Amino acid sequence: MLTISRVGRLFPGGVEALRDASLRLSEGDFVALLGPSGCGKSTLLRLIAGLDQPDDGALTWDGGPPAPGDIGYVFQDATLLPWATAEDNVFLPLRLRGLTRDAAMPQVHAVLRRVGLGGFEKSRPRQLSGGMRMRVSIARALVTKPRLLLMDEPFAALDEFTRHKLQADLLDVWRGAGCTVVFVTHSIYEAAFLARRIVLMTPRPGRIDREIASTLAHGPGTRLDPAYAALVAKTARGMADALQ
Amino acid sequence: MKWAPALFGLLALALWEGAVRIGEVPVYILPGPIAVVSAFVADPVGLLQSLGSTLFVTFAALIVAAVLGVAMAVAMSASRLAQAAIQPWAVALQVTPLPAIAPLIIIWVGDPFVALVVCATIVAFFPLFANTATGLASPPPELNDLFRLYGASRWRTMALLRLPAALPYFLSGLRISGGLALVGAVVAELVAGSGGFASGLAYRILEASFRLEMPRMFAALVLLALAGILLNFGLGAVGQAILRRRGLA
Repeated sequence: MLTISRVGRLFPGGVEALRDASLRLSEGDFVALLGPSGCGKSTLLRLIAGLDQPDDGALTWDGGPPAPGDIGYVFQDATLLPWATAEDNVFLPLRLRGLTRDAAMPQVHAVLRRVGLGGFEKSRPRQLSGGMRMRVSIARALVTKPRLLLMDEPFAALDEFTRHKLQADLLDVWRGAGCTVVFVTHSIYEAAFLARRIVLMTPRPGRIDREIASTLAHGPGTRLDPAYAALVAKTARGMADALQ
Repeated sequence: MKWAPALFGLLALALWEGAVRIGEVPVYILPGPIAVVSAFVADPVGLLQSLGSTLFVTFAALIVAAVLGVAMAVAMSASRLAQAAIQPWAVALQVTPLPAIAPLIIIWVGDPFVALVVCATIVAFFPLFANTATGLASPPPELNDLFRLYGASRWRTMALLRLPAALPYFLSGLRISGGLALVGAVVAELVAGSGGFASGLAYRILEASFRLEMPRMFAALVLLALAGILLNFGLGAVGQAILRRRGLA
């Protein structure tokens, strides 16, 4: 789907956010970018989204660059329009693509149901909990049926119970949607629970140090599975090595 | 608790009346509240007509200031060139004292009503302009990124993101500018009134002061103060209703 070849990004003021970062994304992947704050994870995500341009290297898309709607983006905060209802927030990407409200609403309601928000279509963000707002944000990212879903620490600001629930639901949504997910996190547990591939990054300048593959079978008991504990331990050791 | 402001006001009026009577203060120095009410009752139509004239100028100026303020804030938000061109002039307009330029405006414009509206607009313009400009720049960068990601044009982003985000700021500016437009209208009427243009409540104040009709002057002042309070509360209530309807309050 996408080949990232030795990309570098130097910000004005001399901060080198990324150097020689290479990564290949395939259809249906679930990749976690794991590393401490300031290692260039979010910068890499913005480069993939086309919101920023690399100073070095290249991003090569199979079949040409993505069209608007091919990429969904979920930010750390839900970043919803506070004056719009849940359905209007989810309708926004379709509206920007020129769809009428009537034509878009079946799709909007379906994706809201898929993220567990059936019945909250008319609620405004201030009437929803933090977890529900994040679900609206995920629904907004999914409504265009993107090929690639980029998520920048979306659950970092949520409490642990909500985070666990949303992580499990995200895996269901990923399986149902069949898109590729790149998930930025600084939580080893989160990366191990969610991803098929865990990409470890080191800071200043941000580099991709190594990649750990996961063969976990996700289910209700995953967090108690010894294989999950072993993957967490392996990832933690890998991260410790990378940071040395 | 709810009646505390009214009770305090009545007590203050009673003390005022008492002090004037006990101290035998001449009415041309300080009239008591009863004399002020009597002055209003003697000519309610004349004073209310003048108040209507002042409020007409105030609302006309507020509308012009709102249109100009929003238009210039939008232009500034859309173009750095416009920002560089507009901002210094907007600040210059804000810091120029109205009494200093009102006589010139009245001479240059010619038509007294238009001249008054121009003067009041100058005073009312800046809070609307500055607040709207702040509101247009208020959406978080992530939302701007989202609009870019979905290929939204600059004007689509303006219509669907920036303008709705600026609404609470605009309404807050409108409330401030309402009071300022009234002040601007009164100052302009005072300048115009001293030049012989007989209109508005400020002219009545001027006229009464020349004739040493202090109760009538106070009656006009009280009407102005009440109009200012009602304007402030009215614009605040309208703003709150709009924000509630939009789910923002």
